Amino acid sequence: MKMDERTDVPINGRLDCQQDLVGDGISSIQKVIEPHRDEGGDSVKCLLITFCAMFLFVMLVLPLLVVVINALQDGWKVYKENVVDEYTIKALHLTLAATISAVVVNTIFGLFASYLLAKFYFRGRQVLAALIDIPFSISPVIAGLIFILTFGNVGWMGEFLKAHGIKIVFAVPGVILATIFVTFPFVFRELFPVLNAQGKDEEEAAGLMGAGAFTIFCKVTFPHIKWTLLYGVILCAARAMGEFGAVSVISGHLRGKTNTLPLHVEILYNEFNTTAAFAVSSILVILAVLILIARNFVEWRRK
Amino acid sequence: MYVEMKHIHKTFDGFLASNDVSFGIEKGRLAALLGPSGSGKTTILRMIAGLDRPDSGDILINGVKVNDLPGSKRGIGFVFQNYALFRYMTVADNIAFGLTVQKKGKAEIKRRVKELLELISMEELGRRYPHQLSGGQRQRVAFARALAPNPQLLLLDEPFAAIDAKVRRELRTWLREMIERVGITSIFVTHDQEEAMEVADTIIITNQGSIEQIGAPEDICRNPKTGFVKEFVDVRRYEILRQMRESSPL
Ligand SMILES: Nc1ncnc2c1ncn2[C@@H]1O[C@H](COP(=O)(O)OP(=O)(O)OP(=O)(O)O)[C@@H](O)[C@H]1O
Ligand SMILES: [Mg+2]
Repeated sequence: MKMDERTDVPINGRLDCQQDLVGDGISSIQKVIEPHRDEGGDSVKCLLITFCAMFLFVMLVLPLLVVVINALQDGWKVYKENVVDEYTIKALHLTLAATISAVVVNTIFGLFASYLLAKFYFRGRQVLAALIDIPFSISPVIAGLIFILTFGNVGWMGEFLKAHGIKIVFAVPGVILATIFVTFPFVFRELFPVLNAQGKDEEEAAGLMGAGAFTIFCKVTFPHIKWTLLYGVILCAARAMGEFGAVSVISGHLRGKTNTLPLHVEILYNEFNTTAAFAVSSILVILAVLILIARNFVEWRRK
Repeated sequence: MYVEMKHIHKTFDGFLASNDVSFGIEKGRLAALLGPSGSGKTTILRMIAGLDRPDSGDILINGVKVNDLPGSKRGIGFVFQNYALFRYMTVADNIAFGLTVQKKGKAEIKRRVKELLELISMEELGRRYPHQLSGGQRQRVAFARALAPNPQLLLLDEPFAAIDAKVRRELRTWLREMIERVGITSIFVTHDQEEAMEVADTIIITNQGSIEQIGAPEDICRNPKTGFVKEFVDVRRYEILRQMRESSPL
């Protein structure tokens, strides 16, 4: 019986719908519908609209409604209590800390790496580009395991870390590392094509007129990439907040210490504290909606 | 000789892009680097500008060896093939860039920008952005921007390639007049021999990284020195051109 209850609204379903929100769902619908406005084949159009609308309703709207309804099922007061619960707040802090760390580190890395690969030719360029894509192709769980095997007690740096009193696995640094790892290609992936298409001419022109590297970056390169950079940052932040797999493996689920919001949701749910689980989920949903709004704004600015 | 190349060699990953290139251009001259695609014209221009380094050989500007001098210290202006205008700056800011970087005074920059906008007959368009200009206007802005810091040598890479045929002819005449008026030594790259014959006083013919012949347009047409030049240069075209020039002198 209990198992059935769980499969009704599986935990992963809820985490995924947060990712769907920041995926391509809504903006691509507008793009698909508009070109067909004045053409024939109205019945085909209606059929497709119905199909897509139903699909999104079942896959997206319904689960979101479930989150909201369940979160509020015991009333507003209980919801508030669940949200301001000590462990929830701590999980929110850790999620924000991991997200901010990932965004800062990956923005710097993404800028340098994309600039290097877009503007310079050297041996091993392709290899470097392929390496940067690894987090996209590797399962996050494996990524978490890699860190355990590297920094854990039995890992090959375990002895060294222990001797120096540094704790990474089952501690906050591990959570942050895993989040950075899983999200580091985002900024690079967004910036690289734009920098590549820009070419080197404008920068060379500025250099020939005596501008230094810093001036060139600020006046020539940066204005060209600023919206794309922000877009990459938003994607990176969205992914970092929702990250579950890698963080789950490395965190050790220490409540109030190494729990992020998604992990906290899972724990509450496993304790059959459904209302609290949904209340905490709703925080993630709100964050996702904010990101979605920011994303669409940036997309529009980027024209 | 204002610009001199002495036995320049340049390879890219083992590919010989410049093979023993030597030539000299006198002060105040307008020279054309003419040759088929991939013959190494841009490579030569980039080495003079300091954007690429030769593997061996010397580059002299005004009698000084500049191999180790950064491009910004060589007193050159460079017009890129697709102009490379700063797309997030207005026309005026584009032209002012070189002076701003040199930390010239505000009043002086303003004066110079105005002067150059007048020179290219675009006084009204200083506040536009590059994407709001026609191809010909962009080309003129690129020209003004290169001239702003008062360079002694102007390098132009295929300055007319991105412009449609009709406007190209006008622009060609315009550029020639401008260069004469400013009196600046200039080298431009082209693969269009008509363009080279019409505009340049000296033509340097390149082929597969080497120089085939150097001379005045008439020279090259009258006595092509190598088999390649004989095939590459269409003498009839020169005749037509000569008649054109006689009927409407510049
Ligand atoms: N950065 C580079 N790396 C590798 N090869 C290069 C590079 N730059 C030029 N080359 C090669 O050197 C040769 C000469 O190139 P260059 O650009 O000087 O030719 P070009 O005469 O200007 O041709 P086009 O008229 O097509 O512009 C070409 O075969 C080109 O492939
Ligand atoms: Mg070229």
